[in-house]
Order: sequence, then structure tokens, then C-alpha cells
Amino acid sequence: MAALTPELLALQLLVGLALGAIYVLLAFGLSLIFGMLTVVNFAHGAFYMLGAYVAFAVAGLTGNFWLCLACAPVVLGLIGYGVERFLVSPLYGRGIDYPLLLTFGLSYVLVEAVRIIFGKQGYPFDSPAALAGSVEILGNYFPLYRLFVVAATGTIVLALWLFVEWTNFGLIIRAGARDPEILRVLGIDVGRVWRLVFALGTAIAAMAGVLAAPLQGVTPEMGDSMLIESFVVTVVGGMGSLGGAVLAGLLVGLVVSLTSVVAPELAKLSIYALMAAVLLIRPQGLFGRAGLLG
Amino acid sequence: MDLIGATAVARGWRLWEPIARHRALAVMLFIAVLPWVTPYQALATNILIYGLFAAGFNLLYGYLGLLSFGHAALFGGGAYACGIAIVRFGLPWYAGLALGTLGGMAISLLIGALATRTRGIYFAMITLAFAQSLYYLAYQAQGWTGGENGLRGVNVRRVELFFLPLDFTDPVARYWLMAALVGLALLALSRILNSPLGAVIEAVRENEARARACGYDVAATRLMTFVLSGGFAGLAGALQALELSTVSIETLDYATSGLVVMMTLLGGAGTFFGPFVGAAVFALIQDVFSLWTVHWQLLAGAIFMLFVLFLPRGIWGYLLEWSEQRQATQSS
Repeated sequence: MAALTPELLALQLLVGLALGAIYVLLAFGLSLIFGMLTVVNFAHGAFYMLGAYVAFAVAGLTGNFWLCLACAPVVLGLIGYGVERFLVSPLYGRGIDYPLLLTFGLSYVLVEAVRIIFGKQGYPFDSPAALAGSVEILGNYFPLYRLFVVAATGTIVLALWLFVEWTNFGLIIRAGARDPEILRVLGIDVGRVWRLVFALGTAIAAMAGVLAAPLQGVTPEMGDSMLIESFVVTVVGGMGSLGGAVLAGLLVGLVVSLTSVVAPELAKLSIYALMAAVLLIRPQGLFGRAGLLG
Repeated sequence: MDLIGATAVARGWRLWEPIARHRALAVMLFIAVLPWVTPYQALATNILIYGLFAAGFNLLYGYLGLLSFGHAALFGGGAYACGIAIVRFGLPWYAGLALGTLGGMAISLLIGALATRTRGIYFAMITLAFAQSLYYLAYQAQGWTGGENGLRGVNVRRVELFFLPLDFTDPVARYWLMAALVGLALLALSRILNSPLGAVIEAVRENEARARACGYDVAATRLMTFVLSGGFAGLAGALQALELSTVSIETLDYATSGLVVMMTLLGGAGTFFGPFVGAAVFALIQDVFSLWTVHWQLLAGAIFMLFVLFLPRGIWGYLLEWSEQRQATQSS
């Protein structure tokens, strides 16, 4: 066991926050889609992986990280729009399990398709030159890229929050999460809103994939464990709660990174213990309110 | 692929009635002819094991209506319980099978006690997450499970069956023994479904509020069904451990959970024969297409999506529906 110096602790906190930031983005998209469409999206991890691969392809062509960060959400947003339109929407009204099963099948197909196109092996993904290296804060050195991930996630979450709280479309989203029937009566094309929300959730997953790529590289299976871990985040935070997704995401990231200092072999297991504890004490999640975007 | 089904439908209802009544027996007949219709014996054993696994899963998903994405934990847990009993403690094969079944039940009791505390929509996510935690646990506990390399040396050479010695290394003898065990398990499953408990299980699926209003304990029914389902999955896992002589860490993988979901839906969830049909079809898809391409999973996933979109009742479900319609038109 490494000695737990304040420097190591500070570094490990940042590592945890950066990991948590990725969880936040994934859980945010999952919660958004569930809150609106009551769809548990099992393809979310595959979308995250596809986002990273789109970035990998764009980086291979142009070498520009910022272009990757812009392209991947757009491409995946379009894919998400098409998936909702042609695959998920025919299943509404047929029981809550069917969209879940469909997206599970879709993730199978997407992962295998990526294996065919890019090969089974993974690739390393360089962090942009401007963000390489570390920066000194109060005598400690922190990797710049992880700071960037945390800051970027903060910006994205803030923008999404402003969007949901202060724009007309955000108002429609919140109303739709509460009562889609009334929304339809008021003359709003709910189907279109749902497509856009699904596309938005997918785009956020892609963003998470691009941000995570320099930290772990890209592999066809990178989405599988992230999907399961972001489910843990959603259960801990409360399904459909956006605030819960943010806090639980950071909490889970910190738990993983701090456990890996004390007992590395338990790092992967710690979050499931956390989930079990939450289920015992507060089964609806820390911030869970049934079916509402809170 | 499915001889009983095809002939029953073709000859109409006189044959169909007794098959429906003695459904466990019918599956046993199916199992008995299986080694002669599959390209090779290992495939038949595979269908047998995964058919039982899917039948156990179907008890929970098809009859109770709870979708679990963590059945790998019960299947793999049973496999490891059986393997550890034989390799680490030197127990005989039947103790391994019993412990495998009990292991599956114990794990499902643990996961189920936590997962049934929330609304149904969480169930798939929570079972998946806890199954993954068991995967990591088995991965770390190398002293017991062999970790990444899997548990090797689950060797059973001879089996004394009521003083009748059987050579367990002979594939045919092994197949018959396994077929007999799976047949017994299916009799038990059929008995459960025909019992008052079976009626309550279906009542909970059809209308939870009404079942509760009738005085049934919905939460206890869910937990009990999950534990029973875990017993069947655990036995299937234990049988696989004996068949392969090893337990690989992949038995606990997310993909194993997904596989049983796909098989059950493909064959027909909520029907007695469906899971076996699904296991057989899936094994054949895997067998045939893996000759052409290593990417057969793409095809399996696409076929699964088509079934979810257009044929949600599965192969056996539609055969049943079709034969019922035939009966209706004949009698009118």
C-alpha cells in the first residue's frame, strides 16, 4: 500500500473527479432519455464507444482534437435521431422491456460492426498537445488533461442545465417528463420532442466518449463496463433525476479512485457495495422522484 | 430442428393435446432425439445446458414478467460452486451438482433481496450491476476460482448411478446422464408452473395491483421466483462445469446474461418449449455462421432486433398462436 501523502490524495481526488465527470455525462444522458421516454437505453455504452471511434477517425484524418470534440456529438446525435425514429418509436406502448431489449440488441450489432471496421484490437488516443503535461497548483502537479475533462464536463452540464431550465424547448422537455398527454393536447409534436431528446442524450454520450478516449484509448468493448457503471450511478442518484446524476457520478468516481489508493483490488467492487448500501437505505436513489426530471 | 413441434402442428390437435399435458415428457423426447439431428454431439449437449438455463430464465421473465440481465451470476455462480466443490474439496459429482443448484439459489437470494426493493424498471440494471460485481469478485479470488485462467480440472471420470457404473468420459453416456437430470429439472419446473404458486406468478405478471388486492405478497412472490429461477440456472451452470471440465470466467460475463435473454425471446418467452427452441436455434445460428465469419454476433444481434420489432412472441409463441387459430377455424 502506498503511503497516503496529501499530494497523492489531491492527485487521486482529481483522477476521481475526471472519471466521475465521464460518469456524469453518461448518467445525464441515460436519465434524460429515461425521464422523457421511459426507455432504459442499453445502447448508451455503445454510443459512447462510437463517439470515441468517430473521434479516432477524425483525429486520424485531421489530427485536430477540437474538431473531434465537435464532430462526434453531431454524428452520434444524427444516429440517435435515426435510432429513435426507426427502431425505438415503433415499440412505444408495448411494454417497458421492449425498447430495453431492442437497444441491447443494437449495442451487440454496433460493437461487432466497429470490430469489423476498425479491428478487434484497441488503439491509443493521444491527448491534444495543448493539454499534455501537468500544471502546478499550490505546489502540487496535476495532469492538465484531467483538469480539462472536469472543466469541460462542468461547462456541458451548466449549458444543459441552462437549456433545460431557461429555454422554451427545455420547458417542453420538463413538461413532457411530467405529462406527455397534456403536452400533446397543447398541440406539441411529442414524437419530435422525444426524437430530439434521444438525439441529445446520444450526443452527450458521444462527448463523454471523446473526452474519455485520451484517458483509456479506444476499444470496441470500452462501452460495456462504462454502461454497467453508469447504471450504478443512475441507481445511486435516482433514475430520471438530472441533479442526482451529477452528484452520484462524481461520488462514484471518487469512491473508485480513493479505494484504488487504499485497496486496489477492491476498486472495481467498491461501487457495487455503494449501490447495495443505497438500495438498502434509500431504494429510490439519493435524489429519486418517480418519473420526473428534477 | 424441432420435430415434435412440426409434427404436432401438421397433424392437428389430436396429437397436440397430450403433448401440452405432458410437456416435460415431450421436451424429454425432444432431448432424446436431439443428438441424432444435430451435426455433432457437443452441440446437443450445449442445447441441453443452455435450454435448461433459458427455461430457468423464462420462469422469471416469461411467467413473472421481471427482466433480469444478471443471470450470468446465477449460471456462473452455479458452475463455480460445482467446480470448487469438486476441485478444492474433492466432493463427488452429485454433491457438485447439488451445490451448484444451491449456489445459484443463494446468489439469487442475495441479489434478489436487494433488486426487488425497487420498481420493476430498475431490475434489469441492478441485476446486471450485481452480476458484474460477482465477475470482478471471481476475477480477484484467484485462490478459489483460478481468476483470469478459470477453474481447471473439474474432472469426473466415473459415475456410480445406483451401483451402475457409467464412464463419464464417454460423450454418449454423459449426454444421457445430463438429459436425465435436465428432464427431472423440467418436471420440477412444470410442477411449479401447474401449482397454485405458478398461478400466483402469472397473476403478478398480468396485474400486480390486483394480485396484491387479492392478498398475495407480490414482493415475496418475486423473490421466491427469482430464487427458483436461480436454482435452474445454477444447475445448468454446474452441468456445464462437468461437461467442459473447466469453469471459465466468461460464464460470469455480461455476454452470458445477454445470451440467455436472446435465446428466450427468440424461442418464445412465457411458453414452456420456447426456451429450448431458442437455445437450439441460437446454437445452430452460432454453429452455421461461425463457419463463414468470426462476426456471427452481428447477425445474431440483428436477428434479435428483428424479433423484438416484429416477432416479439418468438418462434414457439407464433407456432402456438397459429395452431390455435387453425383449431378455431376447424371447430367453427
